[in-house]
Formats: sequence, structure tokens, C-alpha cells
Amino acid sequence: MNLTLKVWRQKNANDKGGLETYPITGISEHASFLEMLDVLNEQLINDGKEPVAFDHDCREGICGTCSLYINGEAHGPDRKVTTCQLHMRMFKDGETVYIEPWRSKSMPVIKDLIVDRTAFERIQQAGGFISVNTSGNTQDANALPIAKPMADKAMDAATCIGCGACVATCKNSSAMLFVAAKVSQYSYLPQGQVERKQRALNMVEQMDKEGFGNCTNTGACEVECPKGISLEFIARLNREYLGASVASE
Amino acid sequence: MSTLDSKIPEGPIKDKWTKHKNDINLVNPANKRHIDIIVVGTGLAGGAAAASLAEMGYKVKSFAYQDSPRRAHSIAAQGGINAAKNYQNDGDSIYRLFYDTVKGGDYRSREANVYRLAEVSGNIIDQCVAQGVPFAREYGGLLDNRSFGGVLVSRTFYAKGQTGQQLLLGAYSAMCRQIGKGKITMYNRHEMMDVVLVDGKARGIIARNMITGEIEKHSAHAVVIASGGYGNVFFLSTNAMGSNASAAWKIHKKGAYFANPCYTQIHPTCIPRSGDFQSKLTLMSESLRNDGRIWVPKNMDDVMAIREGKKSPTELTEDERDYYLERRYPAFGNLVPRDVASRAAKERCDAGYGVNATGEAVYLDFKAAINRYGKQKAHLLGVENPNDAKIIELGEAVIEEKYGNLFQMYEKIIDENPYKTPMMIYPAVHYTMGGIWCDYNLMTTIPGCYAAGEANFSDHGANRLGASALMQGLADGYFVLPYTIGDYLADDISTGAIPTDSPEFDAAAKEVTERLEKLINIKGTKSVDYFHKKLGEVMWNNVGMARNAKGLTEAMDEIKQIREDFWKDVRIPGGMNELNPELEKATRVADFLELGELFAKDALAREESCGGHFREESVELDGEQKGEAKRNDKDFAYVAAWEYKGDPRDAVMHKEELEFKDIELKQRSYK
Amino acid sequence: MSKGFSKSSVGKKVLMALSGFFLMFFLLQHFVINFLSVIDANTFNEVSHFMGTNGLIQFIMQPVLLFGVLFHLGMGIYLELKNKSARPIKYAMNKPGESASWMSRNMIITGIMVMLFLGLHFYDFWIPELNTKYIVGDMTGLSVDGGFRYFEELQHKFVDPIRVIIYVISFIFLSLHLLHGFQSAFQSTGFNHNKYTPIIKKLGNLYAIIIPLGFIVIAIFHHLASH
Repeated sequence: MNLTLKVWRQKNANDKGGLETYPITGISEHASFLEMLDVLNEQLINDGKEPVAFDHDCREGICGTCSLYINGEAHGPDRKVTTCQLHMRMFKDGETVYIEPWRSKSMPVIKDLIVDRTAFERIQQAGGFISVNTSGNTQDANALPIAKPMADKAMDAATCIGCGACVATCKNSSAMLFVAAKVSQYSYLPQGQVERKQRALNMVEQMDKEGFGNCTNTGACEVECPKGISLEFIARLNREYLGASVASE
Repeated sequence: MSTLDSKIPEGPIKDKWTKHKNDINLVNPANKRHIDIIVVGTGLAGGAAAASLAEMGYKVKSFAYQDSPRRAHSIAAQGGINAAKNYQNDGDSIYRLFYDTVKGGDYRSREANVYRLAEVSGNIIDQCVAQGVPFAREYGGLLDNRSFGGVLVSRTFYAKGQTGQQLLLGAYSAMCRQIGKGKITMYNRHEMMDVVLVDGKARGIIARNMITGEIEKHSAHAVVIASGGYGNVFFLSTNAMGSNASAAWKIHKKGAYFANPCYTQIHPTCIPRSGDFQSKLTLMSESLRNDGRIWVPKNMDDVMAIREGKKSPTELTEDERDYYLERRYPAFGNLVPRDVASRAAKERCDAGYGVNATGEAVYLDFKAAINRYGKQKAHLLGVENPNDAKIIELGEAVIEEKYGNLFQMYEKIIDENPYKTPMMIYPAVHYTMGGIWCDYNLMTTIPGCYAAGEANFSDHGANRLGASALMQGLADGYFVLPYTIGDYLADDISTGAIPTDSPEFDAAAKEVTERLEKLINIKGTKSVDYFHKKLGEVMWNNVGMARNAKGLTEAMDEIKQIREDFWKDVRIPGGMNELNPELEKATRVADFLELGELFAKDALAREESCGGHFREESVELDGEQKGEAKRNDKDFAYVAAWEYKGDPRDAVMHKEELEFKDIELKQRSYK
Repeated sequence: MSKGFSKSSVGKKVLMALSGFFLMFFLLQHFVINFLSVIDANTFNEVSHFMGTNGLIQFIMQPVLLFGVLFHLGMGIYLELKNKSARPIKYAMNKPGESASWMSRNMIITGIMVMLFLGLHFYDFWIPELNTKYIVGDMTGLSVDGGFRYFEELQHKFVDPIRVIIYVISFIFLSLHLLHGFQSAFQSTGFNHNKYTPIIKKLGNLYAIIIPLGFIVIAIFHHLASH
């Protein structure tokens, strides 16, 4: 199939950047979207031009490295997939495809389609953990039974891959789904109870510091999330935060 | 002449680790804060080590080429993690896990290391649960287990099909806690370019800031390499695009021996290649083989008709199908170990029976399982005389419950409904058992330089059991390195900070810069991927699932030729002092082009078939096992550790003889 | 309560929801009383007189309501501006409609339309009321012919078809605002439950359609009745 690509090119963080148009031909519909970009890059290199820089790594939808706002949607038109799992059969022959980086003040562009997601790192560092040291004497794993529904919920929340699609798609650039997933995971588990309140307070505080927008419950994040993280967790974070604030001294 | 001292502690195997921990030197907590440790890689081994070392009080500098430690490729492991907990009361024990691992590794691993691995396996599960890893549970609230990889007990812990992700996020969260406290300094988007030796000891690394291109000097009292395996030497593998062997290869060139590079695991259940644009291969959990039956058509006419789309595989009757694993291995059938299943698929496809356009695919069929489960379910629900449609409906629901996410993944990639038409699978490079040689303390032949996780060689021998990679990475990172590294660092408490303005650092930085300049100034005509693909092709054809002396010799020459062409004709657009993915790829491929040759050399030297290494010259000639792999314990029960001598083909082999005191050596049989 | 609560994004969101709940509760009672005018003029007059002269309602509830309205408006505009600034560079191609409803994405538009309407509404009813009661000082609630004036005044306002049309359009905006606002307020305050959320959503849709529709009926009823 043949396509016209409109790709965001930006030399570095300080460059203004703009959309460039590249025609591309002979793409197999079985190729993944990133493989299509590989073909484009090979073509650019052969033409003596600079290839398009984009983030990618595992190419099986789990590492959360790939991003891309494709034709107006985070990770493109398919649902519950990352860009690396998006296949060209989702596009029509002759279509014009816009490829842009995530857009958020808190995730600035580094180059072309690569953005800086270290804001997520700092949020996680503010409280996204259980304070337990490595020890050969931790209590036995089965010492604390956890009701299966709770463990399953924790797992659902924990599947977040930290790709940033929620921020990219949210009209407010809110990071609530990301933060909610982490806070919720630990809140379901007995091991997470000790630091539960402080964790919610600290992670939200850091999230606000990073300059993300406010959640207005549009639900776009849940729809575009490649892992289908539920809005239910955002409600849970609201509840956790409210509870922690009321209880704090 | 051997310079290898594996430093295995004396005493009975079950006491070695405890005794060793009691005997080794410790570093006083007050002194730890004056000691720097560099950890390269943030996967299960590197992440766990960085977090644990920081918790102990060391100053840790952690390096990842990704934009976050959480993206290391350990995240992609699906199946699970083994631990000898015996929660299922099925007779599991540390000894049994030890035995299974040594046997599974085809008796080419180091007994003492494997025993230690089995010994700490239980602690890993305790540690992960304490960190909030949401393992699967039963309704009673206790941890669930499944059986994995053809062993006789259920000892695999799992978190849906995302066990690697959850374990890595556990280690990542522990790291985050230490980064927040300032105990770990995290260097994201940094690539290690070389190790720096001062007075023969590893004292730091040269790293490239991948955003600015700046060449940075980082010093430490010890360097841990936990940068994963080298499967991407094949270009197509289940590894991440960025997975590379450069850190391991750089220390090899500075004096660390590289052990058993030819031991590669080829995983049988991957999604086949669909065209030349293919950038990587996707693995599907091997649990699929519990219910899927593997076959190709018996008749060439059918093969051709299927390839041309004139016939659907569902039209073939049972008589027209060749369930070749069930035919060749009646006892184990579709559940033979990974290497056996992979070779059998290759054998059929080489004979021309591959079922897709590339000729490299076999069927994995769930029809029988759907029927069986459907009937069971109907019986369970009390449906009287269910019709076929009802049985299929019920059966598909059961299959969906078990493998839903894998089926969905398959459908997304191939665009065929695997509930209705059989899946297509083909083997792909998945894991490398070989790696940097290290002693019992995980120290390489460079003093102060350690290797952990897939980057080292020690625990899986010639073949790795399912669900053991995660176990080994975390064992090394959480429970081995934090203890053993102290033994070395105890001598460094009064060394003080290592200066980076020494001639050694300057020379290493200069060398790195010059190499990058050289690469970028070649300004040839072909892309990095062009060379990488060529290398991959040679590796796959000659050093892949079946190897012979002629092919391996040719491969060594061909790889050398590709390497020379690469250094003459590669084109790297862009500059050095900016984010430049092509330059990053080029540095990695340059190393693969050297490693590949050593790989072939090692495979050539090992004139036996063992585990993932299959030499066509070494097969059983008659009897029930005719044509199957033949191991040669008399001549090859050793670790081949290669010393770098300037050119991969000039590498010198050092042997570490393997002693099996606690396990009797047996030939594997799956008939 | 922690010091940072009202400064935090989640805190503001909760306050927005709480003021929303309050306004929705007010709207419900406002609707019930107004709908009495369709059913029975006398009852409407009596209740109106009570509401208009009761000290608790006039001097405590009314200022609280006014504060609630202004807070909801002010916070809404503040958050919108802040959210807009969180994405300084817009997408060249964006399809927000693929993942979120128009209502949820345009609360600021529907909200401002409702607020503009409130200006007209105050001009129509509240300011004349304040004038009659507290400037002129007539607390009797009686018209020149001796009966209660409320029903008559109400009907009189809807003689003008332009005003009726403006009211109807405004109620449509109110409906759009509520279609998202009702369920959103529950989500913001942490109510999300597999079992109850679907019920809340249905209830929210009912509320968001029935109340504005009822107001439209009232407006049209009085317009027709006045001719």
C-alpha cells in the first residue's frame, strides 16, 4: 500500500520543529506501524537524509517505550494496542497519516517524535513503592493470604506500562490514570497499607509539581490506554487522596 | 595453563552457600557510603542489584539505554518464575529444582551455582510479594502455581501472562525508592561505551549521554554488568530492538572471558516472519503447547495448495496431517523440551513442508483441545447430547479463559482467528545461555568487574528451563551479588573516591571518541540495518538450530567479511553530539559483528550436541534414539571461556572442567 | 484536612464536584417549585412567598447558593485555563471525539452558556425581586389586585417568544452540562463501583434530560398560557 506521511520533525528540544511530508510506497499491510517507519528511515538514509527519531524497544507492547500520536489518536486508530502492535491493515491505501509526538508541557520533545517522560519517573520516586529492603528473611510469601478479587484488581492496576498515552490523549494533559494505577495497586494489597495515605499524598503532590493538567473525567485515557486501565482507579485515587487529606494532621 | 578459578567453596553442596556467606569479608556500614558501584543495565538482575546495594548503603550509579529503568527487556517475559516452595505439596524441593535445572541444561552448568540458585529461589518469591508484586492467587488467597516446561512439579509462580513485567516493576519500584533517597544516581538514556581499568581493576566506565552525545567518565570501586544477552546477533529475535551485547563485549575486550557463546535457546512457539520488513519476532508462551497439537501436511500437494491460498488447513483430514512431534516422540509428544521442538519444526520446514509464504511455519492446532474441553464443559453444565456447534462454543470459551491474551495477540499480528484456523508458529532466537564467564562470586576475570543475569553464563548450562531466567536474574541481583561483592570491596574501604582525571580514564574516553568519529566518518552507502540483517542471515543459516563444521567455518569467514565491509561502507547520518539512533545502532552492530565470529568459533570447537547447541556430526547413529542429539561428556564436559586476543578468530580457549558430584550424568530421552 | 488539599489538583476536583452536587440539589428543588406553577397557581404562589420571605432561606441559603455558583464558575474557568496551558503546542491532527464525548470535553462551553443564561435569569427574576423586597421594601408579596404576584409575574415573562427561545436553548446547554456533570461529580468524589456506577450513569442521564426538559415545558406552558 502507498501512503502520504506527515511527520513531526524537530532537531532538538530548542528547535521549533514542523511537519514534513513523505510519500511512502509498497508497504505490506502485515507490517507493523513501526516497521513502516523502519522502511521510511531506510529510504531516508539511502537518500542521504536524516532518519526520523522515534522511541521504541520491545516491539511487543509491554515495555511502554513507543508512543506516537497517529492520525489524531494516541497509539493510532486501533484499541488496546501500543504503536508497535498497530498494523498497517488498519489504514487505507492512499491515506494521509499524521505522526506527531505526545504533546504535553510536562513531556517536552527531545527530538522528532521522542519525548521526555522523566516526569513519570519522579512521580514514581515520590512514593510508588513499598518500603521493604531486600532480605533473605522476609516473611513467607503465603503468610498473608490475599483475597483473589483484591489480588486480581491489584494486577489490573499494575499492568500499566507507563507509556504516557493517557497524558497525550487527555485534553487536559492529566497524568491521573498513570498515578491512579500505581496508587491503586498498592492500596489493594496488605503490604501497601502502611504507607498508603502518605503515598497518595506524595504522588499527587509530585504529579502537580510536574505541571500536568487536572482530570475532568472525560474518560479518554481509559479508551486510549493500550492496557485498558480502568477509570475506576482514578475514582479510587480521588477517594484515597480525600481520605488521606482528611486524616492528615 | 588454565587461569580460571571458579572459587567454589568447599564442603557439601547444600552447605556451600551458607558457609561461603559466613566466610567472606564484609564492609562496615559506615564505610559503604564511601564506596561507589556502577551497575550497567536495569533489568531484573541489574535493577535488583542496584536497589539492594543502595539499601545496604553503597553509592550506586545505574545506567540504562532506555528512558526509564522500567523498560528493560526483562519486562517482556511472560510465563513465570520458578521457586522451590513446594506450596502444592507435590514433592518439590531445593534439590529437585537444582536437579531439573542441571538436567535441563544438559549437564553443562556449574553445579554449585545452580544449587545456590535453587536455594535462594524461595526468598525471591517472599521478597517480591513483600514489594507488592501481584502474583496470581487461588480463591483461598494463597499463591497459585502452574507447571511449566515439562517438569514434574508445579513450581512456577506467575502474574497473568506478564510475570516479567510485574517482577521488573517490583525491582523498579525498589530502585525508585533509592533514587528518591539519593542513594542511586540514575543515568537514563546513557550507553556504556567502555570499561576503565586502573591497575588491572575495573574502576569505572565511559558512557555516552544519548541525548547530547556527550562522552562521560564515571568512576566506581566496582562495575556490575547486567546488560542481558546477545540474541540480537541474529538480527531477528524475541529480544527488544535495543538489546545489545556491547557492555559485555567491551569488558570481554578488556580481559573478561566470554563463556560458551554458542549456547543459544531457540524458542519453538513464536509468530512466524511475514516479510523482509520484519524487525523482530514475537514469542507466545510455551504453555500453548499444553493444549495445541503441532502438525504440517503429509502431502506436498496440500502444502502448495495452502501456500497459494487454494486450500485451508481446516480442510485437511486427520490422515492428511503429520503430527510430527507425536510421531517422533510418543512419550512426550508436543511437550518435548524447547530445543527438540524447535529442531523438529526446522527439519519439517527444511524438507519443504512449511505452511506459509516464507516456507517457515508449522501449525499449532487447538481443534482437538476445543472439542475435548467443550465436551467436558457440556458434561459439567449438564447439557444433554450437545451438538457440534455447542461443543465448539463451550470449548472455545475454555481456551479463551486459558490463553485469551495470547490468541488476541496472535490475531492482532497475523489477522487470522486462531480459534477457527490453526495458529502458525516457527522457532525464534529467545535467550542466550552463554555469556561473560564469572566465578562463584559472579566476578569476571577482571578484578572488580561482575556479571549478573543473562549477561553471565553460569546457571543454565547449554539450555535453559522455562521460567528460570527470571529466577536467575533476581537471584543474582537480590541475593548473590549484594553479598559477594562485599568480599572484594572490603579491601577498598580506604581507597577513597576514584578520580576520573587519571590517564586511564582519559585514554578510554579518547578511544571511545575516536571510534565514534571513525564510524561517523565512514560515510558509506549502506545503512546499519543492512549489515545487521546480513549478519543475522549468516547466523541463522549457519549458526542457528543445526550446525556443522563446514557451515561454521564458512560463517566465520562470512562474518569477518561483513565486518570489514561494515567498517568501509556503513552510512551513519547525523552527528555525534546529538541524539542519533543510527550511531547507537552502529556501535552495537559493530560489536555483534565481532561477537558473531566468536560465537561460530565456539560452536565449531564444541564437537558435540548439547542443549541448544546441535552439531549435525554428533547424533545417535542407531537404536531408539537414532538421529537425536548426542552429548559427549568424556571430551566436552567443560566450560569454554574465551580470552580476547585482538581478533575474534584468534581468541584463546580456557577450559573450566565441570564436575558433577551430586548428579549423575544421563543422556536425555523423550521417546 | 491537609494544608495542600485545596491547592492540589485532586482537591480542586473534589471541590468542583461538591459545588456541582450542591448546585444539582438546588436545581432539583428549584425545578420542583417552578413546576408547581404548571400544576397549581395557588400552591406555587404560597411556596414562592415562603421561599422569598423566610429569613433562613433569604439570608443564609441564598448567599451560600450565590457563593456556590460563583465558586463553580470561577474554579471552572481557572481549571480550564490551567489545563489549556498544560499543552502549549497543540496537535496538528486531533480526533478527541474518538475517545471522549462532546459533553465531557466541552464543559467550559456549556458551563459558560449556562452562566450567561443565569445573567439573563437574574435580570428577569432575581434583581426585580431584590428591588421589590429590599429597595422598595414591599415584603407582602401581593400585587396591586390583592393576590400573590408571583405566578402572574412568571407568566408575564414568557409572553415574549424570543425570551422563550433563549430559555429553551439555555436549558439544552444545561442538559449537555449535566449529562457529563452528574456522573463526573460522583467519579470525582471517588464513587465508582462496578455495581452502582451503571445505575448512577442512568440516573444522571435521567436527571440531565428530565430537569431541563421540565424547565422547557414550564417556559413553553407559560408562553402558551399567556396568549
